[in-house]
Amino acid sequence: MKLSRILAGAIAGTALGAAVLFTPTTGAQAQNTLRVVMHSDLKILDPIWTTAYIVRNHGYMIYDTLFSMDEKLDVKPQMVDKYEVSGDKLTYTFTLRDGLKFHDGNPVTTDDVIASLRRWGAKDSMGQKLLSFVKDFEKVDAKTFKLVLKEPYGLVLQSLGKPSSNVPFIMPKRVAETDPNTQISDFIGSGPFVFAKDEWRPGNKTVYTKFADYKPRSEPSSGLAGGKVVKVDRVEWLSMPDHQTAVNALIAGEIDFIEAPPHDLVPVLKAEKSIELVTWNPLGNQYTMRLNHLHKPFDNPKVRQAVTVVLNQEDFLKAVVGDPDYYKVCKAMFICGTPLESTAGMDGLLESKFDVARKMLQEAGYDGTPIVLMHSTDLQVLTNLAPVAKSLMERAGFKVDMQSMDWQTLVARRAKKDPPTAGGWHAFLTSWVSADILNPVMAGFMNSACDKAMFGWPCDEQMEKIRDDFSRESDPAKQKALAEAAQKRAMEVVTHIHLGQWYLAGAARKGVVAGIPTAPAPVFWNVSKTGK
Amino acid sequence: MLTFVARRLLATIPVLAIVAIFVFLMLRLTPGDPAAVIAGDYANSQQIAEIRAKLGLDEPLVTQFFIWAGRGLQGDFGESFFFKRTVAELILQRVEPTLALAVCTIILAVLIAVPLGVIAAHRHGGWIDRIVMGFSVLGFSVPVFVVGYLLIYVFAIQLSWVPVQGYRSPADGLGDFFQRIILPSCTLAVIYIALIARITRASVIEVLGEDYIRTARAKGLTERTVLMRHALRNAAVPIVTVIGIGIALLIGGVVVTESVYNIPGLGRLTVDAVLARDYPVIQAVILMFSFVYVLINLAIDLAYSFFDPRIRY
Repeated sequence: MKLSRILAGAIAGTALGAAVLFTPTTGAQAQNTLRVVMHSDLKILDPIWTTAYIVRNHGYMIYDTLFSMDEKLDVKPQMVDKYEVSGDKLTYTFTLRDGLKFHDGNPVTTDDVIASLRRWGAKDSMGQKLLSFVKDFEKVDAKTFKLVLKEPYGLVLQSLGKPSSNVPFIMPKRVAETDPNTQISDFIGSGPFVFAKDEWRPGNKTVYTKFADYKPRSEPSSGLAGGKVVKVDRVEWLSMPDHQTAVNALIAGEIDFIEAPPHDLVPVLKAEKSIELVTWNPLGNQYTMRLNHLHKPFDNPKVRQAVTVVLNQEDFLKAVVGDPDYYKVCKAMFICGTPLESTAGMDGLLESKFDVARKMLQEAGYDGTPIVLMHSTDLQVLTNLAPVAKSLMERAGFKVDMQSMDWQTLVARRAKKDPPTAGGWHAFLTSWVSADILNPVMAGFMNSACDKAMFGWPCDEQMEKIRDDFSRESDPAKQKALAEAAQKRAMEVVTHIHLGQWYLAGAARKGVVAGIPTAPAPVFWNVSKTGK
Repeated sequence: MLTFVARRLLATIPVLAIVAIFVFLMLRLTPGDPAAVIAGDYANSQQIAEIRAKLGLDEPLVTQFFIWAGRGLQGDFGESFFFKRTVAELILQRVEPTLALAVCTIILAVLIAVPLGVIAAHRHGGWIDRIVMGFSVLGFSVPVFVVGYLLIYVFAIQLSWVPVQGYRSPADGLGDFFQRIILPSCTLAVIYIALIARITRASVIEVLGEDYIRTARAKGLTERTVLMRHALRNAAVPIVTVIGIGIALLIGGVVVTESVYNIPGLGRLTVDAVLARDYPVIQAVILMFSFVYVLINLAIDLAYSFFDPRIRY
């Protein structure tokens, strides 16, 4: 009797537990909450303090910009209603749109704009360049201000409409007055989404809600420009460090979109009928090899040039991406499909001519000094690059000492100018977002200002002159000629070696998520969610 | 007993001091620079240097240590380099999921493993024993993430009984909580079931050969009473030890499970902090883990006297 009561209780308990536990779960999602998995967790909230792309993406959610780049890479007004350029090209007068408000209800004024541009200009390389030409910002009234230049500068609008890190986001004056080297602690913007600070759980999720008072432009959305119409109530960025888990969650309908699933999971996603792959960034990315100009043997341009002869793009792209749908061999430094696309100076380069390279090394007197090649092992999109470089270089007679490390160790080490035998380095491989390298001024690796250049520290007056001329030029035809000159010079100096374009496909629930904008950064205005 | 507990708690102070010095030095001597991580991939040397100065990382090591240790003694472990949050706040946010996972796992493991071990010992050499030991070897050998993905594929994707990932606090509803914790707990429990079942079996087999067991049987006690009252209790000390070690190991073992099931716990916080070189977070978490290890060892010692009255402190 006692045993049967226990058994009956156990069965009832199990049934109850099962009823609680094993209920289908997909129906639990709120219809107007878009749940996405971004490429990394959001840790820092100041898009001026860091160049990290996840923080740039956060910036696009909550801040707005004066100008934006559209799908055709043209710069279009965003917060700006109208602007005029004086005949001598020294004064730009900007008037803000009506009805621009911050999330705290205060109107956006020219004071906010000027303070924001100053803070951005203190950190961003393109901003620094712009501010070096600026004589003054003059406030006309709450909605109008003038940017007065010392001498004509051809990239004013391109700078203000810069699409990638650091983006000149507009913040309230009190926030923008924060020291550029101190992280902001007030996250009020005037963008289409509001950052839900109370719901932010670092390492877990970041929540944005629709900003009801946001006034989108009337033009249709195009790239990062045009009307930013919010079609969902909330966007949740969920942190999922395990890609397989994110893919499983997408298939199970627990999330709606993955920004950047790795290439090895693309076949799984392609085979899944409920999933749609979306190439939201058609400009893609560019693989790059950076050489350290400070130390032997790469202090010799002839040895550096031998590397440009020995490498070829396809080997790298096949080794990392694999699927030709997601890569493109492209010898244009400023990206194929853009106005500055050119193959100038590329004849005979990046074609793995081992005999030619071997001869060049002999002529340069290369003595077999081992090349310390840093190999990043923890980022899938970079892991296979260094072994390919090692293999190709060794076939031409280079001795290569490939040292494996995690990306953060590499990032710290590449900043060191010490000799490679004392903790320094000779070469490493990385990737740029194409939107960051569309011209010689934007492209950080082209900076050849010796100590002031990025790690690798190329030093070339001629290159700096070309970049300077480019920044002063506003005629597109002359800009193109200067870009070609910069590309030729870059391959002579070997500021860096571009190793092909590659693309990431975002993955979305088919029939549920629609309208993901085609842009250099993942943005969520105009995205709608139908169904559960 | 109280003197013993007080003495053991006092002994944690030098342990924690040594751990603090060791962790601090280890982190500073490991390659990597949090300022470079913060500045982003495309920052220049000047930007990185400015951030280093802002974080106080350009101070001499000794100065950095004493500033950190001084604040730590007052219970202030500083602010994360990345999140605009205090380390204490970050840890508090992450304790619950890890604790919930650890408790559910250990309950599940003990409830399954101890009976399995006892049965295997009782049927020593029989087919049940072989099955239990076979499972034990399998449990040790299969990596946690393989078990995790397998369970997700079957129960979350194919059958849709439970969600693939995520965590809900029990405060938000027990149903949601159990739905999300059941698979991670089962995944993590496999290895502990294997470990505890094996030790239980070995321990009970040893005890079953003792004279007092023969006496109990000679008295005419049922086999169940002999096993539960006499054999298991006397075999408990090594079992409790292995359960205690299991709890301590769990703290480290949750990392993979938390990643596979996307549980925002301490394991993931630690891994993220290590990868980003977030020194204040790593230091505080490791100190906390060390303290927990010491407490678990103390709890095990105290549990001995409960199972074996001959042991007195």
